Amino acid sequence: MPSRTIRVDYLTRVEGEGALELDIRDGAVDGVRLSIFEPPRFFEALLRGRDATEAPDITARICGICPVAYQMSSVHAVENALGLAVPPPIRALRRLLYCGEWIESHALHIVLLHAPDFLGFPDAISMASAHGEMVTRGLALKKTGNALLRLLGGREIHPVNVRVGGFYRAPTADELAALVPDLQAAREQAVALARWVAGFRFPDFERDYEFVALRHPDEYPLNEGRLVSNRGLDIPVSDYDATFEERHVAHSTALQSVLRARGSYQVGPLARFNLNHDRLGPSVQALAAELGLAPGCRNPFRSIIVRAIEVVYACEEALRLIAAYAPPEAPFVAAPPQAGIGVACTEAPRGILYHHYRLNADGSILSARIVPPTSQNQGTIEEDLRIVATRDLDLPEDELRDHCEQAIRNYDPCISCSTHFLRLEVRRR
Amino acid sequence: MTAPALVIGIGNADRGDDAVGLHVARRVAALGLPAVAVEEAGGDVLGLMDRWAGVPRVVLVDAAAPLAAPGRIHRLDAARGPLPREIALGSTHAFGLADTVELARRLGRLPAQLVLYAIEAADFAPGAPLSPAVAAAVASAAVQVAAEFGSDGRTSDA
Repeated sequence: MPSRTIRVDYLTRVEGEGALELDIRDGAVDGVRLSIFEPPRFFEALLRGRDATEAPDITARICGICPVAYQMSSVHAVENALGLAVPPPIRALRRLLYCGEWIESHALHIVLLHAPDFLGFPDAISMASAHGEMVTRGLALKKTGNALLRLLGGREIHPVNVRVGGFYRAPTADELAALVPDLQAAREQAVALARWVAGFRFPDFERDYEFVALRHPDEYPLNEGRLVSNRGLDIPVSDYDATFEERHVAHSTALQSVLRARGSYQVGPLARFNLNHDRLGPSVQALAAELGLAPGCRNPFRSIIVRAIEVVYACEEALRLIAAYAPPEAPFVAAPPQAGIGVACTEAPRGILYHHYRLNADGSILSARIVPPTSQNQGTIEEDLRIVATRDLDLPEDELRDHCEQAIRNYDPCISCSTHFLRLEVRRR
Repeated sequence: MTAPALVIGIGNADRGDDAVGLHVARRVAALGLPAVAVEEAGGDVLGLMDRWAGVPRVVLVDAAAPLAAPGRIHRLDAARGPLPREIALGSTHAFGLADTVELARRLGRLPAQLVLYAIEAADFAPGAPLSPAVAAAVASAAVQVAAEFGSDGRTSDA
């Protein structure tokens, strides 16, 4: 078979800079590398020596799309090291802030980044002429999510109101109540969006993944829970390092995470849904059933429906939290410094985000480790791509490229986070 | 009530020349042009569509990628057609200003008049002030923006 090279120099509609390389030898896929070339950002190193109370503001800068995830994992981990518990109203406000981030991040990915793949458009701008109503819905949802971030976080990108022990300022009940009409409208928009994406044509693709997500006794997971999987994993977050391992691979500036015992795994909306369907509440469960989505779904292309369902959930949860809100007596609890080790996992829109800190007695950070969801999904993305590329090897090169890019976008990869864009190269020999 | 005209300076105050749009907007605001609202924006450019909703005349001021001459002012008529990619009005995220303008055009959410002043930058260093050539362009850019609304760019005594 003649050798040929297919190349995409820049993968668009993902956050950050990266490339995909496919080696094809004798008509078969020989090697798949999700290569991340965005320069390493050394956040873990620059945290060393800083005060632990600075962690939420420094780590929020890792990502402009999911800064709340970084703030939440960092405050929980530092509070874990300090032996600090926050009162229920502060816990509720954190959950509400996280709902805002899920709404804006998922809405952006569904409508502007991923939907064009399913409808045969090169980008959302081209898609907007034919599907303007849905693009407008997505933008309205994003605006509502941003409004939550602005009120609770002080501003919509890189919020500044989160601190170890709580918030600098807690909102008034009236300020929150003012968001209710928009959130009610957003819920309906999200349902319409979910019905729209559920009508897409999905590739016939299934794999037997190990799904990993947080699981909480009562709630769909956001800020806390045990780490569970569909293959029997059920551990406290403190066992993360004993169970998972980060490996350096030569073709990527991002570390790749694996389960020490079993290798690659999948985190994110599909994992959360499969492991926590019973925590979604009756109305969201009914919507999932209407859309033909049941726990045990193993088709990563259908994650776009799960994202839409999670937007519905986040709107409902936000409305519930606002209805139940009683302002805390103080917006934060004091966090006196002490030596210790603290860990936390929270559910970023793209999956579990792990933070580990070792603190000095004066409150300074001795060491920090951050494992973002995209690092954890990298191995799984490469394995998906091997199957997609093998299946589609005989298709015209532009179609093969499109299918590979679509498969990557199933994971909404945030390459900026994991290194902290994407080029596709296919080498045929 | 929505003003019939709006000037939006776009940028990050803490990233060197990226702040030039904000500086120009502040200068225009100081002129007190009648019936012209002046705002500053940073971060999420998709939100611009909401800011200009219902406003027929909009002027945006933003820093542009360095091309040949730092401080050079480009006037671009965004209502007439797509913004040129070589100005590279990029964003660190998936949707930049040029994309936002095109998306608004497809959605029928573009103001009847939308002009972009793009000022070539030299340096985006964190915490840095405007570089001299770019700082020198602020006054001139503000005069040109004011002229869009029939002002000579001098502060009115009223």
